Amino acid sequence: MERTTEIDALSPRTFFEKVWSDHFIADLGDNTHLLQIDRLFLHELSGSVTIRELQESKRVPNSPKQVFAVIDHVVSTAPGRGPNDGRNATASEMIQQTRRAVNAMGFTFFDVGDPRQGIVHVVSPELGIALPGLSLVCGDSHTCTVGAIGALAWGIGSTEGIHVLATGTLQQVKPKTMRITFAGALPAGVTAKDLVLSLIGRIGANGGIGYAVEFAGPVVRAMSIEERLTLCNMAIEFSAKYGFVPPDEKTFEYLHGREFAPKGVAWDHAVEYWRSLPTDAGATFDRELTIDCSTLQPQVTWGTSPQHVMNIDGTVPAPEDFSDAGARTLVERALEYQRLQPGMSIAGMPVDVAYIGACTNARLSDLRNAAAILRGRKVAQGVLAICVPGSTKVKADAEAEGLDKVFIEAGFEWHESGCAMCGNGGAQRLQDLRVISTTNRNFEGRQGPRTRTHLASPATVAATAVAGVVTDPRRLPPAKG
Amino acid sequence: MEQLRKVTGVAAPMLRINIDTDQIIPARFLVRITEEGLGASLFYNWAHLPDGAPNPEFLLNRQPWTGAVILLADRNFGCGSSREAAPRALRQFGFRSVIAPSFGGIFYNNCFRNGILPVQLDIDHIKALAAELEPTPAQGVTVDLETEMVSTPGGQRYAFTAPRLMRRMLLEGLDEVALTETFGAQIKEFRDQDGVRRPWVYHIGE
Repeated sequence: MERTTEIDALSPRTFFEKVWSDHFIADLGDNTHLLQIDRLFLHELSGSVTIRELQESKRVPNSPKQVFAVIDHVVSTAPGRGPNDGRNATASEMIQQTRRAVNAMGFTFFDVGDPRQGIVHVVSPELGIALPGLSLVCGDSHTCTVGAIGALAWGIGSTEGIHVLATGTLQQVKPKTMRITFAGALPAGVTAKDLVLSLIGRIGANGGIGYAVEFAGPVVRAMSIEERLTLCNMAIEFSAKYGFVPPDEKTFEYLHGREFAPKGVAWDHAVEYWRSLPTDAGATFDRELTIDCSTLQPQVTWGTSPQHVMNIDGTVPAPEDFSDAGARTLVERALEYQRLQPGMSIAGMPVDVAYIGACTNARLSDLRNAAAILRGRKVAQGVLAICVPGSTKVKADAEAEGLDKVFIEAGFEWHESGCAMCGNGGAQRLQDLRVISTTNRNFEGRQGPRTRTHLASPATVAATAVAGVVTDPRRLPPAKG
Repeated sequence: MEQLRKVTGVAAPMLRINIDTDQIIPARFLVRITEEGLGASLFYNWAHLPDGAPNPEFLLNRQPWTGAVILLADRNFGCGSSREAAPRALRQFGFRSVIAPSFGGIFYNNCFRNGILPVQLDIDHIKALAAELEPTPAQGVTVDLETEMVSTPGGQRYAFTAPRLMRRMLLEGLDEVALTETFGAQIKEFRDQDGVRRPWVYHIGE
């Protein structure tokens, strides 16, 4: 088997190969390497397990300054929440246990009430904790989100978290590399969310297994950092543990001056290093894929896997449209769960709930996109509409622009920041309901027992909230007055 | 790491693609302060009717699969959330091995660390295995990590390859952290050099 640990410094290399080799400590054989881990992020859902089991193992944190912790997953997002308010009594206990342990271990902590609190993957780039070329891990599959600023970031298990805490390293199998080039330009009204949903529809929910995926091409270069964060967030939804956009000037501009980013001479030194990281011309990947974006439409999922996606004006497929037996069975089951029939239109279908939140699509630009549609309009009668900003800072920035008033006047609930109803960690508000959602997973039961989730962009969710039925945001009638 | 050399027992065929970790254990059961009792929540939404009563039609609620130790699945098993409660719930139910054509990467890593051997086999082999077991589902299948072989009651044998290091750790029940600690000198040497090359990694926000 070919070993890639000895690299000819002159041969063209990919971003991934450069960053991986800069973290390589030892070869453990069979393509498994011992890697330096630069940042560990803990949250109260998986991180509490890691901390408890580290304590039971009588080991101590190796590099506490490189460990960050936040309360986001099971905290209440009700307006005016208190520091111990969880989604239920056990959640409250988890929050308090995590708080005690994190403070005792001396990790940098963004507690409830801290203006820096928020969803881990929103907070991590926002505070400059994630940086280009860093290895960053968290017991959370959407850690790949922060690949958007050129970090090598991936989700781990809670036991792997113990290993990172105890040693500052991780044993990892080196993945293969894939480059996905987005060519052309995104049509007006089509967003990064539509792009990544469409990609997953094409490549399949398992298309990225075993790969580290670089997103490239003019469409990605033209994207803001926040759009890139949305794109990378869903790498794991096609089972790529790692997804990233190598850093460019936009990245540096975004990070400059953030609290945990380097300052002064160290900043200059870092930028010089970061400029060396992008993929060299002529470097090769194990797999390459090019997608033309110029005819892309807004996307919405119909089924129970992110690969069950279609153009918003399309119709629900039939099981016999799929040649693969496994896919066919999954489609049958998805239609039954979602209570849909082949040939139905999704556009025009009534929804019970419109949800804007999660590490996918709850940053300031997402809230602005939704607010642009909500301004001067009202949520349709009978639709429960909820907005949960991705971080306390996003919430404060949105309020400074008056976006909270736009959401509230339209009829949305305006929450404190947290992971809230992306997963169903305790609350049951969405049980049995049909939800159009800016989140990243439409799995059976993901948002609650028998909840039927349809994934879409913030603009589509806002347009749907107003119309009461799934609606293409480009076709919404003009607002009155 | 919990040792595993060879497991023999009932294999439950759940041949569906993309079984995600939200199905293996829904998120509401992760809100807890002990890792005990996860087995009762395994596949909860499939294993229970809307009123909470056990679903008599669900595979693992039926004989002989209530005592299954091997799970047969289709591709991308364990995709989605990184929750380690997924392999833990499988282990606490009694599973020691999952056989599928491919696995979600985080779940795959988590399995080894919770006494579960994930085995990759071609879907045609898994279907053949399931078909062989159909008339006599209580017959034991063997997954042998030492010989890297799945053997059926009818004498079929399917070879697989486990990652070398994980294989050794499972066979010997090694502690992963202790293994890494034997590289202490190399870790220190790496950091001494890296601290010069990338000081901002270690001096945060300065």
